[in-house]
Amino acid sequence: MSGDAVKGVAAVAPPRPRRQALPPLARFLIRRVLVAVLLAWGVTVVTFVLTNLVPGDPVAANLGQRAMSDPEIVAQWRAEHGLDKPLWEQYGMYLQGLVQGDLGDSQQSHRPVSQDLAEAVPATLELAGAAILVSLVLGVAFGVIAALRRDRLSDHLLRLVSLVGISVPTFWLALVAFYVFFYRLRLTPGSGRVDPALGAPPPVTGLHTVDALLAGQWDVFGSAVGHLITPALVLALYTIGLLTRFTRSAVLEVLGQDYVRAARAKGLPERVVLFRYVLRSALVPVITVAGLAFGSLLSGTVLVESIFAWPGIGQYAFKSATTLDLPAVMGVGLVVGVVYLVINLIVDVLYGVIDPRVRLR
Amino acid sequence: MRRDPLARKGLTARLPQAWRQPLAVSGVVIAVAWLVIAVAAPWLAPHDPLAQELPRLAPPGPDHWFGTDQLGRDVLSRVMHGARVSIPLTLALVALSLLIGGLLGACAGYFGRWVDETIMRLADLVFAFPTVILAMVVAAALGASLTNAVLAVLVVAWPAYARVTRGLVLGVREREFVLSGRLLGFSAWRSLRVDVLPNVTGPILVLATLDIGTALLLLSGLSFLGLGAKPPSPEWGAMVSSGVEVFDSWWVATFPGLAILTVVLAFNFLGDTLRDALDPRTARAIKERAL
Repeated sequence: MSGDAVKGVAAVAPPRPRRQALPPLARFLIRRVLVAVLLAWGVTVVTFVLTNLVPGDPVAANLGQRAMSDPEIVAQWRAEHGLDKPLWEQYGMYLQGLVQGDLGDSQQSHRPVSQDLAEAVPATLELAGAAILVSLVLGVAFGVIAALRRDRLSDHLLRLVSLVGISVPTFWLALVAFYVFFYRLRLTPGSGRVDPALGAPPPVTGLHTVDALLAGQWDVFGSAVGHLITPALVLALYTIGLLTRFTRSAVLEVLGQDYVRAARAKGLPERVVLFRYVLRSALVPVITVAGLAFGSLLSGTVLVESIFAWPGIGQYAFKSATTLDLPAVMGVGLVVGVVYLVINLIVDVLYGVIDPRVRLR
Repeated sequence: MRRDPLARKGLTARLPQAWRQPLAVSGVVIAVAWLVIAVAAPWLAPHDPLAQELPRLAPPGPDHWFGTDQLGRDVLSRVMHGARVSIPLTLALVALSLLIGGLLGACAGYFGRWVDETIMRLADLVFAFPTVILAMVVAAALGASLTNAVLAVLVVAWPAYARVTRGLVLGVREREFVLSGRLLGFSAWRSLRVDVLPNVTGPILVLATLDIGTALLLLSGLSFLGLGAKPPSPEWGAMVSSGVEVFDSWWVATFPGLAILTVVLAFNFLGDTLRDALDPRTARAIKERAL
């Protein structure tokens, strides 16, 4: 009986608008993901167009003088790499391969680009991950201290430190750090990811520190951390400066809000006001900046990895860009672009989850 | 009389106080010093920056304050002449990206619709790549030269201006004095030029000042990677790069690096001061603090 009644009501009631079917958060997520997918497609177009506008001749960059003088070898080489076909066909082939996870073969290493990248990406993620961790901890702490001690000596000092941090040329700092801490003081191990005498830990995640822990190799873990410290700190300095400045102004803005004054007025201890009221809302925008900062970290790796002989994507990108190794350059551009997109997507989504107002935009 | 009177008054009223800070003063002093060096390098430098006539890799001493490099050139003279290479290029680079990005951003914000969509999606695409990697790929694709490095930095630098300008123009577009101009029969271009742009230049100039440092870092970074200035040229990034080869002789890489650091620092001091003088949010925070 009651079942029929429900049916009857359902039949009479007008159909609900379809848009109501999804909660706002889900709609927000779907929209964000769609935009990211569209941008990822754009990234493939950009990398492809850029690498094909090359006035520099990849043939000249890859074949020796003697091979160059023989038109037959040149033609064969061009055919081998599909350079004799029209551009749109090359793009079609490229996309087709991409869907199957095939990024082409590197002209320098003669191995699949995907294989080269699979080895390089974890190395860079380990370096950049360590750097973003350090900069989040130090940058936020410095920023909060500077804001709370506004216009006092520590605020001025931290302002100076953060300005120097964003002004230092990373490649130069890497060189200076390498010279001072390794060459002069012998405090840190030299280049590479781990002591060659110990060898790399059995690969699971590709992150040497994590893999060493998983395998229970404490000496390898120590060596990996030791090798990581200097490049990560060098890389982090810029982000520390950025986050310090941003956190400071975010905290200052919240400190001036009425609800903070109200919390103080009702006699809450300063610690509670700071953590429960101020930091909670001040740190939300910091997430966005930290996400953007991760991009600048990925950039910085190009300049740092070459000094520390860190076998990551920065070094790989540099090597393939200077030798005009087109498949490798496209692969790096694509992977880095997509990693960057994914991070931005995560940041966007986190932001939407934390702050419901964002979803309504 | 079409400029927003409040904004103008606020700027001039707050400037003097902001410029009395030690950071601002040292920023001005360092920047002016470098500009003087850039102009007067031929007379100030003790040696020819390209002549390979001195003892090789001599450490810093009374004869050569900054030592000599592996080809027997005076590092001090090269650092001084480097200012003539890097500083004008960086300033031109920032001016160009401000012009291009600002104009595109203003069009996007003012005209809206498909103009906005096209320009901003293009900017999004550039933002989808980390700057150094994109600049490196562009520079490598164009071929290694200083001009191409500048072009590469330009490609990655304009979207920031486009975004900021667009946001500012969106805020001004619907204001009464702009609308009344349109009602008086101003064309879209005239309205943009006469009513809108003068009201958004302040914040964009601050951004440009802060961007000078970033642009110099990027440009010298490309040269460091061998994608910018060609070897004999006394460009600072290329000099640091050549210092990597002679690791023992720390002075070869240290001094050009310090040159980059001080120039970038000076312009960041200036930009920071300008922003404090302009940013209404900071100004509000100061006011509320005073209450």
